[in-house]
Amino acid sequence: MRLEPLPNPSPLRSVGVTLLALGLAFALVGGVFWAYGLSPLEAYRTMLEGTLLDPRGWQEVLRRTIPLLLIGAGLSLAFRTQFYNIGAEGQLLLGAVLAAGVALFLPLPPALSLPAMALAAALGGALWCGLAAWLKNRFYVNEILTTLMLNYVAQSLVIYLINGPWRGKDVRGYIYSDRFAEYQQLPVLLGSNVHWPTLALGIALALLLQLLLFRSTLGFRLRVVGENPGAARYLGISQSRAFLVVALITGGAAGLAGFGEIAGIHHRLIEPTQLSSGYGFTAIIVAWLARGNPALVLLTAPLMGLILAGGDVLKVSFNLPFRIVDVFSGVMLFALIGSELFLRYRLRHR
Amino acid sequence: MEEVLNALARALSFGTPLLIACLGALLNERAGVVNLGVEGMMALGALASFAVAYGEAGDGNLWLAVLAAILAGGLSALLHGFVTITLQANQFVSGLALSMVGLGIAGLLGKRYEGLPLFDHPSEEPFILGAMGLALLLAFLFGATRLGLSLRSVGENPAAADLLGINVLALRYGAVVAGGALAGLAGAYLSLVYRPSWTDGMTAGLGWIAVALVIFVGWNPLRAIFGAVFFGLLYYLQFRLQGQSGIPSEVFASLPYLLVILVLALSGLRGQQGNAPEALGKPYRRGER
Repeated sequence: MRLEPLPNPSPLRSVGVTLLALGLAFALVGGVFWAYGLSPLEAYRTMLEGTLLDPRGWQEVLRRTIPLLLIGAGLSLAFRTQFYNIGAEGQLLLGAVLAAGVALFLPLPPALSLPAMALAAALGGALWCGLAAWLKNRFYVNEILTTLMLNYVAQSLVIYLINGPWRGKDVRGYIYSDRFAEYQQLPVLLGSNVHWPTLALGIALALLLQLLLFRSTLGFRLRVVGENPGAARYLGISQSRAFLVVALITGGAAGLAGFGEIAGIHHRLIEPTQLSSGYGFTAIIVAWLARGNPALVLLTAPLMGLILAGGDVLKVSFNLPFRIVDVFSGVMLFALIGSELFLRYRLRHR
Repeated sequence: MEEVLNALARALSFGTPLLIACLGALLNERAGVVNLGVEGMMALGALASFAVAYGEAGDGNLWLAVLAAILAGGLSALLHGFVTITLQANQFVSGLALSMVGLGIAGLLGKRYEGLPLFDHPSEEPFILGAMGLALLLAFLFGATRLGLSLRSVGENPAAADLLGINVLALRYGAVVAGGALAGLAGAYLSLVYRPSWTDGMTAGLGWIAVALVIFVGWNPLRAIFGAVFFGLLYYLQFRLQGQSGIPSEVFASLPYLLVILVLALSGLRGQQGNAPEALGKPYRRGER
């Protein structure tokens, strides 16, 4: 057997290989269920019944999808440009911090409050990620490590705030900030936690970034930088500027996700791990599955939203730690990148 | 004086898992393979060793426990090797996936060990001395042996190494598995010696710091000793100064991570990246440049 290069894999082949990879991933996670002492079939059945076959389950999937959409759309752009932003968790937190700061301390007319919070959140996320891009451009520091380290710093910042200066007046024993006013809370779909304005924002962002990437000069430049840095240099396209631009966009998107979480669900600044709850990492799979097409995130974000919501169901039904979601993410990522060889090559028997 | 000695002793104690993990990452990077899965492999090693050491009622065999950590780290690194060397996938992303899987599985399977005590645990001296010895050994390996030369050439110019009849893939597999085994051993130090206990998330970013340290020390095993002791000292100061300086403890908690960024920026300023193995991060495919 040998590998034969395949210059242009057909879309059908891409879909087929991706589905096979996902199937393999689900089988492997089944093995982890088994190692934990849970029947894999039973676990998957419970996940499906608690999410897709249950009206409240649908709402949970949708709620989980919102931040994944926003962050995933941004990340698919970043990965396309070969800027590996792994710190969306921290950028989400910074967005939440700035939005909460505006909500708690900036006296604004009620009509302006929510837009100002969203703007501040996008700014916070963008700056946090922009810092990593600046360090990469100026000091050649690997952005994977800086964005990851900044996650820990952002966590400490949130804990400091809600434990110290921003600690709520009405809380005892717990640590979180004061509750936002009514007009600082996002509207939700009837009787659920689905803050639809953020959902709409996520869908718009995915489509917008798709247009940007494939229908604009900037998008062309980003793609050249990602696919062929040598050619980019030859064409006079600045790599540093491309990194900075995508960093600001993906960071801003993650910041907006943080705004959605606190303005739509928690209505206050809360404990950081509960707030970001792994969205930044799960969104990496969302973006990788979309293979560099921001619009495809509209399909892949709900898939991972389903897995997150399913993780909640497993936690309630079997007392299974939520860490199972990390196992899902990691195994899916392994299967996806491992399968890419079979997109570029095919096996031939001589 | 006593204070200084005590600080140094604590710094050595805390720097040891960093040093072991850093040497592991350094080894596979010298052979041209980055493994960002150190954090996950450490967590798996920590859990595996704790589970074996705990046994049925806190009375398992400690030697077997250390061996279990080495095996857990090595085997999980083998997965990274398969995906990046044989399937030629992106090394950064694969390492990231390994970290997720490692942290996830350790958190999942470790749930029943949370909060359990370990009655008998090994002392830290053999680990500290062993880590130092390992650094010397690696320096000797790279500087004065044929195997070390081969390993380095596989990381610098795999095509040329291949022409000379060196088995590139085998050496890379070996380096990746050995690097993972060391990450697992570093995890064992945490759960058997430093803490003696298991908690989910106990690696707390140490694995990532170890990866950053490799760049900071310019892929040099001897300098890794000083890098690890330096960060160990920082952790000591974090505990020492907490609560008595009026500075919020969160500032100290985020200090190591901020320092990693600073240190990486300094390495960049000094042109340290020039020391990186030439073929680092690139899969090797025969007949392709």
